[in-house]
Amino acid sequence: MRRRVAVTINGAKYEHEVEPRLLLVHYIRELAGLTGTHVGCDTSNCGACTVDVNGHSVKSCTMFAVQADGAEIMTIEGLAKGTTLHPIQQAFWDEHGLQCGFCTPGMIMAAKQLLERNPNPTEREIRLGLEGNLCRCTGYHNIVKAIQAAAKVMAPGAEAKTPASVS
Amino acid sequence: MAVSQMIGASIKRREDPRLVTGTGSYVDDIPQTAVVHMHVVRSTEAHARILSIETGRAREADGVLAVFTGKDLKSEFNAPLPVTVCFVPDKKYPNHYPIAVDKVLYAGEPVAIVLATSRAAAEDAGERIDIRYESLSPVLDIEKAIEKDAPVLHEEIGSNLSFDVKFASGDIEAAFREADVKIKQRLIQQRLIPVAVEGRGVLADYKPFTNKLTVYTSTQIPHFVKVWLAVILGISESNVRVVAPEVGGGFGSKIRVYPEEILTALASRRIGRPVKWIEDRNENVKATHHGRSQIWDVEIAAKKDGTLLGIRPTQWLDLGAYCSQFGTFQVLGVLVAQGAYKMKAFDGRSVGVFTNRTPTDAYRGAGRPEATYLIERVMDLIARETGLDPVEVRRKNFVRAEDQPFTTLLGLTYDSGDYTITLDKALEMVDYKGFRKEQAEKRKQGKYLGIGLATYIEICGLGPAAATQAATGVSLWGMSVVNLHFTGKATVIIGSSPHGQGHETTYAQVASDVLGIPVEDIDVVHGDTAIGPMGMNTYGSRSTALDGNAVHLSAMKVQEKAKKIAAHLLEAAEADVVYENGKAFVKGTPSKSITIQEIAMAAFQTNRIPKGMEGGLEATTFFDPSNFVWPFGAHIAVVEVDADTGATKILRYVAVDDCGTRINPMVVDGQLHGGIAQGIGQALFEEAVYDEAGQLRSGSLTDYLIPAAPDVPSFELAATVTPSPVNPLGTKGIGEAGTIASSVTVINAIVDALAPFGVKDVIMPATPDKIWHLMHRNGGSNR
Repeated sequence: MRRRVAVTINGAKYEHEVEPRLLLVHYIRELAGLTGTHVGCDTSNCGACTVDVNGHSVKSCTMFAVQADGAEIMTIEGLAKGTTLHPIQQAFWDEHGLQCGFCTPGMIMAAKQLLERNPNPTEREIRLGLEGNLCRCTGYHNIVKAIQAAAKVMAPGAEAKTPASVS
Repeated sequence: MAVSQMIGASIKRREDPRLVTGTGSYVDDIPQTAVVHMHVVRSTEAHARILSIETGRAREADGVLAVFTGKDLKSEFNAPLPVTVCFVPDKKYPNHYPIAVDKVLYAGEPVAIVLATSRAAAEDAGERIDIRYESLSPVLDIEKAIEKDAPVLHEEIGSNLSFDVKFASGDIEAAFREADVKIKQRLIQQRLIPVAVEGRGVLADYKPFTNKLTVYTSTQIPHFVKVWLAVILGISESNVRVVAPEVGGGFGSKIRVYPEEILTALASRRIGRPVKWIEDRNENVKATHHGRSQIWDVEIAAKKDGTLLGIRPTQWLDLGAYCSQFGTFQVLGVLVAQGAYKMKAFDGRSVGVFTNRTPTDAYRGAGRPEATYLIERVMDLIARETGLDPVEVRRKNFVRAEDQPFTTLLGLTYDSGDYTITLDKALEMVDYKGFRKEQAEKRKQGKYLGIGLATYIEICGLGPAAATQAATGVSLWGMSVVNLHFTGKATVIIGSSPHGQGHETTYAQVASDVLGIPVEDIDVVHGDTAIGPMGMNTYGSRSTALDGNAVHLSAMKVQEKAKKIAAHLLEAAEADVVYENGKAFVKGTPSKSITIQEIAMAAFQTNRIPKGMEGGLEATTFFDPSNFVWPFGAHIAVVEVDADTGATKILRYVAVDDCGTRINPMVVDGQLHGGIAQGIGQALFEEAVYDEAGQLRSGSLTDYLIPAAPDVPSFELAATVTPSPVNPLGTKGIGEAGTIASSVTVINAIVDALAPFGVKDVIMPATPDKIWHLMHRNGGSNR
């Protein structure tokens, strides 16, 4: 028995008949074709699949696609404006906050939510806020620095700094 | 050398814009129409005979295209999976084929494959395969594996012993006779699961009629995978193309030719369609090789003034169910166990055994973390026994700068290094003396601080062709091609295959430094066997020492030819032409220069190059250094152990590393951060646990803990720079140094913290439970 699901992802509308058991992450990757969201475990530990669903950070492997019916979803592909990176993406680049890059989309989406809730976090708050996102390459050192740098740029009243375009 | 100042510049990585936007393509992201999904049905038994496999119900399931068992496929394997020499030429090992036929030897071994139109359909059908096993007693203990009555995994070998080899030099008996201090200690290197955040994955497309095979695979070794796909499947090597696209971490776990690479390609050939297999985490923890899994017994001979006389280490190595491709590379642990120290005698032994568990192979450091763990625990054990400071024991025994190049008892020659410089700097950064005072104060308050150090040396840059040919069976050259285009842009092809290390950036810096072409005009390409000569891939912290230097040398060859063309165009003698910052000019007249872009264009115009010169501006290098490279460093951890919970908190982590010339210090530091965290994982959290039936109990990231952000501190790094004399850039390796040093650094700190409780050793992982029991074993009377 298939069910109809309609979602908006990064501003575009998608509608499909899906098996009720289809996970949201697989919907995003296979039916919407947005492969920036990754799968790194089967147990919701790694956070590589983190996306925004109705403004909340969600591990998209913990949710069925049918549960997201009607939702507004943002994935990593929706973050940059054209070739202008989002300040968090820019900060991950500036601070060498990634190596192999596989955890990075989920890490950035989790960081986005973290800064929305707490625009000026301490190092400890950043580390605790990222507890659900695993990285095996960076030892988290530069991820923390990247989020601190992004927080500065994104702070209300911060000098409007235009990140460099990606050519 | 640094004409353009690119060497030593922390420029931002060129890889990152695609990766931070989710537009990079890992294997599972590659668009492919009409792809068939492969599911691997794996053994649920650790040790059993296969009595029957009933596939009829699976074949009838919705969406299923084919089901194959080992029996169906075995005639298509022209050779078993490869096993390299790796220090033990006379080891016994079985032929290992990609899929089990009669017997399974570990839980997770492939027994059947299902091909279907969707992954879900393939997995559902896999559930409908009925496999009957005759269970056999599993062998799960390294020492019991070689007892007389142990069940035997490989009947053709006759026992579970693969090898028992000695690596000895000097008079060890004399050393013990001279010793005032004799210590025996058992150390455990627990079994680890590498956990690259991207598991493995393979997309294979075999084209009938042309007989061409293209394989995308998440690997560190696309060039070796190409060779073995050709050999095992009987395809002409020139018809096989292997591509490593974005690879989501490796840490050694993607260093070998895997069964699933062969099976996916074979499946594609059987059904004439592209086939994809993506490993899920549940498979990854069992099907991708593990690391370490060793017991070390060591006897130490020392004098009461702290002088180390000799050691007698035995490494009991668990190979797992088969001998993996580089499985015995881990024996390197014995070969380099002398560390940064002098001694009179070394009596090493390594014993390799088979058990009914996932095969072990290289995992970040591969032998060197074990060697460092051993010798750095030895230093602390001597300090404890003699009452000397651990720092002084190390100083007393250091190989000194004037001893370099120093040859170890086993005949390895260190290239360079003054080990006191990194140690002094690290001690200063941590304020060692001040810490000891604070520690004493805190102990009075019932707070247990500890400080631990490791002064490591590391062999890497694999390596010189002759030595690596003897040790591994392959000459591990560095390879590069530097090719200038008509418009003066450059393509650099490298033989290394990065998976997070940033070669696209650092090697562009190397080429830019020589040629003066801007980094943004240099494209570095890798990981595709169709684009250039055979490369030797990425592992063992070899890439920059080998392929990075190969890029330098190819760029130098291009520069030489460019000077010849420039001399012709400037109507000057070649000896009078100077090349600087991308321009050639006659000595003394830099204003009348010709740019590399103009020279590149001339290289394709026969009337503008000297008579008889071949056109084009391209060079290829197979770089063979005269020796390995030997980075070194000193790491110090400060920990606090909670007496109520046994939990360890790392308060500070200081590391001073010397990897020679640092091309991009930002990237170097990044490698250290990740490496240190990975070693901390071994020290505090990680352990692959099997039950008595041979089932992996820590089979998910819920049960197998890798460090998360709150578990590690920010790291305090510094560097000294001792250029390697064995390559033109002076670079050494840095990919594994963090891991090599950090496990023992943290354990030494914990043991130091627990000194008031009479604790001399802690077995990894140092979990709160273990530590609490050590603190309370006498009813807490020591508190």
